[in-house]
Amino acid sequence: MSKQTLIPVGPYHPLQEEPELFKLYCDGEIVKDVKWETGYNHRGIEKLAEKKSYDEVFFLVERICGICSTSHPFAFANSVEEIVGVEITNRAKYIRTIIGELERIHSHLLWVGLAGHFLGYNTVFMWAWKYREPVLDLFEMITGNRNSYAMFKVGGVRRDIENQKIPAIEGVLSLVKKKTDLLVGAIMDDPVIHARTKGVGVLTRQDILDFAAVGPTARASGVDIDVRRDDPYAAYPLVNWKVITAEAGDVFAKAEVRLLEMYESISIIEQCLSGLKKEKEGDVDVKVKHIPEGYGTGRTEAPRGEVFHFVVSDGSNSPARHKIRAPSYTNIATFKKSCVGQSISDATISLAAVDPCYCCTERLAVAIDRQSGHRIMNAKEIISHSASITDKLLQHE
Amino acid sequence: MGFKSYCFKKSLWLFHFGGASCNNCDIEILDCLTPRYDLERFGMLLVGSIRHADVLLVNGSINKKDKPRLLEIYEQAPKPVLVVAIGACGCTGGIFAEGNTFAGPVDKIIPVDVYIPGCPPKPEAILAGIVKLLGKN
Repeated sequence: MSKQTLIPVGPYHPLQEEPELFKLYCDGEIVKDVKWETGYNHRGIEKLAEKKSYDEVFFLVERICGICSTSHPFAFANSVEEIVGVEITNRAKYIRTIIGELERIHSHLLWVGLAGHFLGYNTVFMWAWKYREPVLDLFEMITGNRNSYAMFKVGGVRRDIENQKIPAIEGVLSLVKKKTDLLVGAIMDDPVIHARTKGVGVLTRQDILDFAAVGPTARASGVDIDVRRDDPYAAYPLVNWKVITAEAGDVFAKAEVRLLEMYESISIIEQCLSGLKKEKEGDVDVKVKHIPEGYGTGRTEAPRGEVFHFVVSDGSNSPARHKIRAPSYTNIATFKKSCVGQSISDATISLAAVDPCYCCTERLAVAIDRQSGHRIMNAKEIISHSASITDKLLQHE
Repeated sequence: MGFKSYCFKKSLWLFHFGGASCNNCDIEILDCLTPRYDLERFGMLLVGSIRHADVLLVNGSINKKDKPRLLEIYEQAPKPVLVVAIGACGCTGGIFAEGNTFAGPVDKIIPVDVYIPGCPPKPEAILAGIVKLLGKN
C-alpha cells in the first residue's frame, strides 16, 4: 500500500459555518478515504424535549437546525396531530405550506451561494445571498423573525397571514423569480461551473439506494422520492406541482434540481396565496385541550430531504419519548462514495453538494465513562437500549 | 491612547467559533459579509486562523466537546483579543442550557467583552455590537 497523507479539514475551518472535522486520507492529489467526526454540535435535544410541554417543544425543535427551522416543527406538529387525530383548517394548511416553501427557497439560495463559495466563485456567493434577503424580509413581515419563525402549534398556526399582506408577498415572489432566472442563467451557462461540477462527486442510483439518501441528493440521481407527494401533508394535495429529478447524479445535477425546485416552490406559494383568499380570515387554529395516550409519526420534506419525527405520549403535558431523524444523517454517509477517488480540490464541493447540516445530524454514538475512559455502550447497544425503553412505553399503553 | 485602544483602532479581523449552535447565528454572521450589510466596509474581515484575528466571535451553547477547544483557541489568540458572545445561546446557553451536554455559557469559560442577544440576532445587531467594540476601548 502506498503512503497516505492525512489532511484534516476543521473542526473550526473558515470554509464551514458549522463545526465538524473531516479527515481526508490522500495519496498525492487523490482522496483515498474520508472519515468525519462530529459531536461538536450535540445538545441532547431529544432528552430536552421530554422536559418541555408540547407548546415549548415547538420552540426547541425549531432550534435543531436554523436553516430548516420549519421542517422540524412541521414534522412534530404532524406527529402530535396524528396522536390527537385532529384535522386542521384549510387556511392553516395553506399558511404552513407557504412557510415551508419559502424556507425551501431561502435554503436553496443559501446552498447555491455556499456552493459557489466552495468552488472559489465568490460572485455567486454574494449574489445568491443578496437575493435571499428579500425572502428573509418576507419572513420578518409574516412571522416577526428572519429565522426561527415560531409559527407552528398543535392544531394550526400561531399567526394568520392577513389578506392585505398577500400583494406584498406576491411582489417579493415575482422579484425572487426574476432573480432565480438570473442565477439559473448564470450557473447553467457558465463554462467554468460546468468544468468544475460535471462528472464530479457522482452518486449512482444504486449508491443512493444503498445509503438510503433522501431529498435533492436522491432526486439528482434519478430516484424519484418526495414526501410531499408520496405521503401528502398540509396543503400539498390541494395544489399542482411536480417533483424535479435529474439523472446524472453529479454536483451539477444537484444544483440543477435545487434551482428548478425553487420555481416549483414559487408556484406552490402562488397557488396557496390564491387559496388563502377563498378561506375565512383568522380561521387558523383548532383548539386542542388534551393530548391522549398513544404514538404518532410525522414526515415532512425539508429542503434537504425527509425529516421524520416519532412521538410517544403518556397523556401528560410533555412527550414521553421523542425521536428525530434528519435528512443529513443518511445523506452524509454518501461521502464515502462521492469523495473517494476525487482530487482534493473537488472533494470540498462533493462534500458540500449534499447540503450537509451537522446540527441536525448530531446524536449520541458512544457512551464513555468520564473517570475511567472506558466505553460503557457502543452505538448498537445504545440503539437497542433506546428501543427497549420505547417498547416498554408502548406496551404500557 | 492606551496600547489596547491603539491595537483595536482600525480594521478588526474576526475569527468565528461556532459552538453547539443551531446554525442560525453562524448564517447571520456570514450574512454580515454579503452585499446588503457588507461588514468589510469597516475594514473587518473573517479570517481563517485565530492567530491572525483581533476579535473572537463565539456563538452557540458550548458543549463538553467544545469547551477544551474553545479554551485552546482563546489561548492561541494573540493578546489583546476581544471576545463577542453572539445569540441567546452564546450569552446564557439559551434553550439548551438544561441539556445534558451543556458545559456552561461562554462567559464562564473565557472573558467576554460584548454580548449580542437575540435568537438569532439580526445582522444589524451583530454589526452594531461589533462596531460598539471600537468605541469601548
